[in-house]
Amino acid sequence: MTPAAGSGHLSEEIVTRARELVALYPHPRSALIPICHLAQEQDGWLRPEAIDEIAALVGLTPAEVLGTASFYEMLHTEPVGTYVISVCTNIACMLRGAYELLDHIEGTLGIRSGATTTDAMFTLEETECIADCGRAPCLAVNHRFVGDVTPESFDELVDGLRAGRLADEIPRHGTLVRVRRQGGLRVDDATISAEREAARSGSGGGT
Amino acid sequence: MAVTEAPRIVTSRLGYEDSHTLERYLATGGYEGLRKALTMTPQQVAQEVDAVSLLGRGGAGFPAGRKWSMLRKAPTTYLVVNGDESEPATFKDHLLIERDPHQLVEGVLIAAYAIQANRAFIYVRGEFALGLERVQGALNDAYEHGAVGKDIFGSGFSIDVVVHPGAGAYICGEETALLESLEGKRGFPRIKPPYFPAAIGLYGEPTVVNNVETLSNLPWVMVNGSEAFTALGEGRSTGTRLFALAGHVRNPGVYEVEMVKTTFRDLVFAPVFGGGIPGDRELKAIIPGGVSAPWFGPEHLDLPLGQDEVGQAGSMLGSGSIVVMDDTTCVVRAAWRITRFFWRESCGQCTPCREGSGWLEKILRRIEDGDGREADVDLLMDVCDNLAPGVSWPPQQTTICVLGSSIPSSIASAIRMFRDDFLVHVKEGGCPHG
Repeated sequence: MTPAAGSGHLSEEIVTRARELVALYPHPRSALIPICHLAQEQDGWLRPEAIDEIAALVGLTPAEVLGTASFYEMLHTEPVGTYVISVCTNIACMLRGAYELLDHIEGTLGIRSGATTTDAMFTLEETECIADCGRAPCLAVNHRFVGDVTPESFDELVDGLRAGRLADEIPRHGTLVRVRRQGGLRVDDATISAEREAARSGSGGGT
Repeated sequence: MAVTEAPRIVTSRLGYEDSHTLERYLATGGYEGLRKALTMTPQQVAQEVDAVSLLGRGGAGFPAGRKWSMLRKAPTTYLVVNGDESEPATFKDHLLIERDPHQLVEGVLIAAYAIQANRAFIYVRGEFALGLERVQGALNDAYEHGAVGKDIFGSGFSIDVVVHPGAGAYICGEETALLESLEGKRGFPRIKPPYFPAAIGLYGEPTVVNNVETLSNLPWVMVNGSEAFTALGEGRSTGTRLFALAGHVRNPGVYEVEMVKTTFRDLVFAPVFGGGIPGDRELKAIIPGGVSAPWFGPEHLDLPLGQDEVGQAGSMLGSGSIVVMDDTTCVVRAAWRITRFFWRESCGQCTPCREGSGWLEKILRRIEDGDGREADVDLLMDVCDNLAPGVSWPPQQTTICVLGSSIPSSIASAIRMFRDDFLVHVKEGGCPHG
């Protein structure tokens, strides 16, 4: 059974933001992926309880939510570290030493790509092109981009993250952490219909 | 070398640190294009865009004006912006999204007005965390400024624009997969026909899907007029285009150049662009247009950067990416990495793509690792032939979308241009490049 939305796992703030997102679309289902990002902002990954609540928020079953979520690289169905380090090894970065860099990174973190450190601080993943090839080899930490990475600069980055010095630059999970829409939709459907009809009949939309 | 003095159409503000702010945007002519468009009828705006031959900047190169004109007439229509830039080594939309989000928003509004969309959605690749912040921030400011929302600039035209994040899937750059994703589903491309977005798009309504760079041209076009735009470039390839230059060049980056007037050689070697190959090594091959494109060799360097010119030479400008590989590059490894990408990103709907990508990746991997067999080169081509019969260009399609038929490009290019490299791997039992 699907629990009611706001049944407790997702915080009130997240649920409020989720409802605002639902209101932006003609069909609630469209808010599914954005709301998954919000749930990860809270938990780092999509906990089963969160999936149940998301399903209720968008009017789907938990299985449907998981069906969509499991398709996407950024949506995690298992726990991840505080910082997810995504190292690009695609062609542009490979030509500029990405695999050699990845070897170094695996050594520094003491884990292979795909794993999480035992202190749950870092998850390492080999990613596809993140569109920062002008600064190859590049990587992203919680989807904040770091370019022209060298073994030395990577080790400094890790030290900074461990010491908490980069908390402002690299926030927690959730690609929407700093994305806030000011206000909901401003135009109602009746207004749109009337304007479009007027434009079609040639009486509006121009001078 | 031909480095033309063409105006910068979409990168004019990037010299400013605060290029993403409304203040800077308004100080540099921002929203004047929209104001002008709103004094015209939607049909006039559409005609203006049709007249400039604005070839889509996303990959397929379909003229934006024609795309708009194919829209099925219906009470509800949608505009969807494809900001899911994920083609390997393509990083130009990323730049526009982060550094000039107002220009994109203005372009969206001009297009939305021209097609009389009921609502516009800007689908931004989920990994672009800063990009999402910037576009949403710009949109918030644009609402405040009266450029979006109810009765825009007192024109009687109203529309809402919604920023929508993706969640990491290359295939969602394919427009029907993007629409599925926007509907909260897995990014499975739809079968065309019947699901051409212009006929049956988002929620089944007619929908225009335009690329970020394409729309970012519109403010300039409206302000400066179609003639100023078509005066740049040649033939169908008008205006300027962004090229994302990566790999073995001194100055990788995004460059805005005049179409056709500039050549691959200019872009790779001119000091104001790529600045040549580090260590003055020799050029081995170029991947134009993204990893779906057949490769070029040094003999193609003087080819002009025009859509038809590159098409006739057997490849494509595609996504505007250009990867340079010098003579130290192992082409087996390059082809393997590209194939591995397609294997990871195949959505899995169609058997040739789902299975073929995996088999190709495994065979390339074993050749690179020194476990290749003599028959493997022919085997690779045989599997490619199952994905895209004839392995010709443009490719024949056996799958719902073009991802599958794009996979053979790099493999066939590498084998045709550098067959000996493959044979050396097999004979010596490993990669001669170490």
